[in-house]
Amino acid sequence: MTAEPRAAADRRTFIPLDPSLAPPGTRAFRDAGGIPADRWHADQNGETLVPTHCCFCGVQCGMYLRVDRGGKVFGVEPRNHDINRMRLCPKGINAYQQVNHPDRLTAPLMRRSRDEEFREVSWDEALDFTVAEVKRIQQAYGNDAFGLLGGASLFSEKTYLVGKFARVALKSRHVDYNGRLCMVSAAGANKLAFGIDRAGNPFSDILLTDCLLIAGSNVGECFPVMTQYVWGARDRGASLIVVDPRETAIARTADIHVALKPGTDSAFFTSVLNVVIAEGLTDENFLAAHATGWEEVKAKAAEYPPSRAARICGIPAEQIVQVARTFARAPKAMAWHARGIEHHSQGVENCLSVISLCAATGHIGKPGAGYGTITGQGNGQGGREHGQKSDLLPGGRSITNPEHRRQICEIWGIEESELPPAGTSMMEMVWQMQRREIRGLIGICNNPFVSLPNYRVVKEGYDATEFHAQFDFFLSETAANAHVVFPVTTWAEDEGVMANAEARVVKHNKAQDPPPGVRTDTWVMCELARRLGAGDKFDFSGSRAVFDELRTASAGTVNDYYGITYERLEETGGIAWPCPSTDHPGTPRLFEDGSTYHPDGKIHLQVVEWHPPMDPYDDEHPMSLTTGRTVAHFLSGNQTRRLGALVEQTPRPWAEIHPSHGFRNGEPVRIVTRRGSEVFPALVTEAIRPDTVFVPYHWPVPTAANALTIDALDPRSKIPEYKVCACRIEHADRIDEVPAPPVAPGHVAYPETQVSRTDPLPPTSPQGRGTSERS
Amino acid sequence: MMGRTIFIDPGRCIGCQACVSACRECDSHRGTSMIHLDYTDEGHSVASLPTVCMHCEDPVAPCAEVCPADAILVTADGVVQQADTTRCIGCANCVNACPFGVPKIDLGAKLQLKCNLCYDRTAYGLAPMCATVCPTGALFYGTVEELQAERPGVQVADTFVFGETEVRTGVAMVVPAEKVRWPVPGGLPVVEINGKDVRR
Repeated sequence: MTAEPRAAADRRTFIPLDPSLAPPGTRAFRDAGGIPADRWHADQNGETLVPTHCCFCGVQCGMYLRVDRGGKVFGVEPRNHDINRMRLCPKGINAYQQVNHPDRLTAPLMRRSRDEEFREVSWDEALDFTVAEVKRIQQAYGNDAFGLLGGASLFSEKTYLVGKFARVALKSRHVDYNGRLCMVSAAGANKLAFGIDRAGNPFSDILLTDCLLIAGSNVGECFPVMTQYVWGARDRGASLIVVDPRETAIARTADIHVALKPGTDSAFFTSVLNVVIAEGLTDENFLAAHATGWEEVKAKAAEYPPSRAARICGIPAEQIVQVARTFARAPKAMAWHARGIEHHSQGVENCLSVISLCAATGHIGKPGAGYGTITGQGNGQGGREHGQKSDLLPGGRSITNPEHRRQICEIWGIEESELPPAGTSMMEMVWQMQRREIRGLIGICNNPFVSLPNYRVVKEGYDATEFHAQFDFFLSETAANAHVVFPVTTWAEDEGVMANAEARVVKHNKAQDPPPGVRTDTWVMCELARRLGAGDKFDFSGSRAVFDELRTASAGTVNDYYGITYERLEETGGIAWPCPSTDHPGTPRLFEDGSTYHPDGKIHLQVVEWHPPMDPYDDEHPMSLTTGRTVAHFLSGNQTRRLGALVEQTPRPWAEIHPSHGFRNGEPVRIVTRRGSEVFPALVTEAIRPDTVFVPYHWPVPTAANALTIDALDPRSKIPEYKVCACRIEHADRIDEVPAPPVAPGHVAYPETQVSRTDPLPPTSPQGRGTSERS
Repeated sequence: MMGRTIFIDPGRCIGCQACVSACRECDSHRGTSMIHLDYTDEGHSVASLPTVCMHCEDPVAPCAEVCPADAILVTADGVVQQADTTRCIGCANCVNACPFGVPKIDLGAKLQLKCNLCYDRTAYGLAPMCATVCPTGALFYGTVEELQAERPGVQVADTFVFGETEVRTGVAMVVPAEKVRWPVPGGLPVVEINGKDVRR
């Protein structure tokens, strides 16, 4: 067909835009050349683009926040940062709407008992009441009766302060964080095998690989921007293996999709190793030079022939052979995993079995070859590096190591006898609250009422506390249980650093001043410390001062941040730790010289034995319930359930069920576990195993997946077993009400327009991502 | 085919609706998205597909052809603009004429709204918002050479068949190299009709 001349000439001439009237944002954007600038400026319309990063997942996409001439954030502009190269997911695009959201808390809320209503009080009154309650509880029951729970969406400076505040100001051993619910299994496995707790390779290495194995990671929905690397690898001929009980968007186009039964991952990977060994595909030279424990691992793998693993995992044995050959024969292969294999009572073992596979095939420490774990929260990686985790001190030091304790006490200016011992994990702290061993709690940047398993236990635990304070910028379900709620800043109202899934430290910049009445978490912690009598240890003017102490406190450790400065981060767009000096380029890829961070420089391979999930199947509960995320929402949904576009995209949870059960799409079904039951609309799809049902977890009761999940923990990482519990499905009469979003869907800054399409509204999508675009 | 345009690659779409959100954020019709995100094989697969305005070239923009108010203009570089607000009478002729179901009508304002390829951005050398943010590259903005440099061997088609009518568009779709060789009713792209390569 020949190209005809355009028939536009008979129409009124279109008048091109006047170049002198650059559209908002773009002029400043062009001036910046897409490169982070150390100083940004307003364009002629008075708009400023502030370079920063997304507040949500562990990819940490670069973005510009659009700030109007009044100093208010009102939009987002893509940013050509190394990590995301302009890409953003729907959460990132809409994140800015929470900054000036009408639901923002702008004054401290307080009540003396849970029977009372909240009332707005002055900062002095809220702080004084909190300090008085801390003192009362600690004097009556001991210092450890008061606990602190932090969060992995906080900047690293704040997570450092959380650990220091608990141990120096509260003098309590009980501090932990919600990253405990995130990637601690991978962290534990990496520490055991490599002596370092981070991914081995940067995202960009994915583009260089020949075989990409993605295990237990719904990359398309949980880390959408990472898919550009996956598709990039595919463009260059890499094969893709996806291990997931569901056909996710990534699994849909994989060369091999292993839809195994939830809770059987380590049996699968050990069996893959069995085939690798049997077919002589191991890299014996690499193992001899760089690994210990190989003979023991090899002997254990012999116990998992494909025929046995196929029965355990509910997959064809041939698939195990196929995966082994594809992965081991690839010149360069990588394995990335996430919560799908980590959220288990054998989460550490699952990760170790992947590491053994990488090591046995020699796919470690090379461009395009290695392993990685994808962090769920923005600072899931950095959040535990500087002392927020119950067993860690800053710099990843162990709280049980006398030398490490001495080093930190020296920096903090306290006696070693004053530094408390290790505490317990987040879920264990809730059990202690239930038993009234912990009677007071401060929560910062977390929402356990939605995010912890077995909601009934969590509610009982929190209800049993005599005093509960929460830092947040929205009134979360957990904050609604508190006695005091401190209104704190969003990520756009303060500066600080986060470490993404590659262990690349990036800097977030302040885009606007906080609303009147709102303070930074740093200010609140320092003020509480001052009133508790530890003010001299918390004399920080802001994030930069905290970061400088953090850098010093991490110097010489594996997690060395000393060479990372705010100025360098703004110049480079991010530096991967370890970075021991200010002229060190950082360490994007580990083990390039073949040496790990153990004293002997070897990979310490660990024997893994598969065991069934903690919640046994029986005739009453024959199916697996597994949980996860949807692309429109983030963690407990406290932030994204308030943003109109995201609520419209995925307004409520659902139960994803295979057609073989005979339910109709949209029909109410009751999911029953040993913890309780809830009703969801069925989403009938062949994209899930017949013996498995999936429910996303972002919503509170009465549609909370975590009212059903089991609070069994991995014995080493203490991560809950979110990804598998026994359940059954029943017909139900009606679907439970979903709590209305706190504000009507719609944009904050712009009035809704009434728009209609001529075709009818599309039905619920097969993925269960709520609705298609409907306007 | 236009020099720089959008290429749609359904094989890469993960159904995340970043394009839908991004379209809401672009300045030409802020607050309303002009993208449809469809799930093509419900109940069987998670496959999804974004539809943006295809900026029809031949026959030239059916929406513009049928507009009684001459409100829909086509730029010299082939971008079919959304209706001129000073002319549009909200009659919805364009909605009925569009073979891809793209234009929408703001009933309250009696105005048509559609994708104008982010003219406010493309005129200044930036990509449209949807293609800029698309996390997977399912929406790609550039020339076909740029696309093929990034994705070796990729094939594209810009001809669609609706019954007896062929429509050639300014926006193109990535097609499987070996699989699509016949016209499919309902607007799927084709590269070959009756043995003839229709991709010019």
